[in-house]
Amino acid sequence: MCLGVPGKVVSVEGQVALVDFFGVRRETRLDVIDEPVGPGDYVLNHVGFAIRKIPAEDIRETLSLYELLLREAGGDMMADDVRGEIEAARGAARQEAARA
Amino acid sequence: MPETLARDDVHELKFRDPVKARALTAAIERVLDEIGRDRVSVMHVCGSHEQSIAKFGLRSALPRRLSVIMGPGCPVCVTDMPEVDEAVALALDGKVVATYGDMLKVPGTAMSLAEAEAQGGRVEVVYSASQAIDLARGTDDEVVFFASGFETTAVATAAVVLEEDMPANFSVLSAHKYIPPVMEIVAEMPGTNVEGFLAAGHAATITGSAIFERFVERHGIPVVVAGFEPLDILAGLLKLVELIRDGSAAVANTFPRCVTAEGNLVAQERLWRVFRATGGNWRGIAHVPNGNLRLRDEFAGVDARRRFAIDLTPLWGHAPTTLLQSCICGDIMAGVAAPTDCDLFGKECLPGNPVGACMVSNEGTCKIWHQYGGHPEL
Repeated sequence: MCLGVPGKVVSVEGQVALVDFFGVRRETRLDVIDEPVGPGDYVLNHVGFAIRKIPAEDIRETLSLYELLLREAGGDMMADDVRGEIEAARGAARQEAARA
Repeated sequence: MPETLARDDVHELKFRDPVKARALTAAIERVLDEIGRDRVSVMHVCGSHEQSIAKFGLRSALPRRLSVIMGPGCPVCVTDMPEVDEAVALALDGKVVATYGDMLKVPGTAMSLAEAEAQGGRVEVVYSASQAIDLARGTDDEVVFFASGFETTAVATAAVVLEEDMPANFSVLSAHKYIPPVMEIVAEMPGTNVEGFLAAGHAATITGSAIFERFVERHGIPVVVAGFEPLDILAGLLKLVELIRDGSAAVANTFPRCVTAEGNLVAQERLWRVFRATGGNWRGIAHVPNGNLRLRDEFAGVDARRRFAIDLTPLWGHAPTTLLQSCICGDIMAGVAAPTDCDLFGKECLPGNPVGACMVSNEGTCKIWHQYGGHPEL
């Protein structure tokens, strides 16, 4: 619960961003992040909210732990926490349907 | 899609970069030599740190003289029984109680939320406060978000409380906890002998590392903010033992890619606009002054404690089970006992059938040790 998950911003509409979490697209809220974000930025997300823009030079280092964890099958608690964090972002179906 | 590492980069490695890991553990060893004592104890306060330490086998890689203890870093575990009782009473009273999955099996005085559900209570699992609001929008019934978590998670609760179009049937039962005050309690507990703290990187993303300055001043022991990668944790521990060696009670940040000194000011503003810190019990540990986050008076209308007359007396006719009374979760969270000191660990108390809160949550020390095979250094 205190492990946020990084994702790449695909698009922004008002206070909501569509974010790609390792291939899963979800909506993340931007009300509590402290700097503007746009498509291509990476953000750290916790329980459905972006809490930090990850500096460009740090992205690769930040992603590697998650890439390793997401290869784990269900039942690994770190992997489950990361998947739970992705679940915490709202389904993106609504926004993507509106776009189509 | 982010570019992925070649599979061989991480295949079967405990550490992504074993050369760096060996260099860091060797450096820690040298600093311990310079300190010259046969035991140096440090504490971290984060379930995710413990998961990473256990999963990647860090304790077996570290010198035995360095004891890395998990303190009260599991917000679900420290949720006090009367707080669970409030949620149980509301669920049994026909309110829809929405909460994080980890909260379901946490024991209350008479029963857990899962048991309340089995008795006809209404309980829904959500992954976020936003999903709890969505639930409220889809029904006319009262939806109570039983909110747990440290300040990082409380920020999300604050953000939904501040939503302009919040449905009238939504309220919050806050069990949110605030970490800095409990560090003060644990640092002073007899028997812990903690000489330094490793603080959780993602929590500090919001609060900033400077929040620990006051603690360091008052208690004269160092605090190092560290990330969650095995190498991040080793780098944090190295900095911590260096500060201990130098007798330097300072705050250091070894996770600058996610943490600044001042933290996320926007998130802090939301947090403190909605919540105030007040004293309360942390399960099994102590009364922690300013350790609980409760809704401010301006948000009384959204506060389930003030909106409903929650009657706990029917639940308090039951004593907790005998098994629960012999649970040592409190000592484990205070860092004065290890899961393996508990007679129930791995026997009567298992993840599928937990007795105490530390075996319930993915962030609980007992569940983590049970999943990842215990404590190889002992």
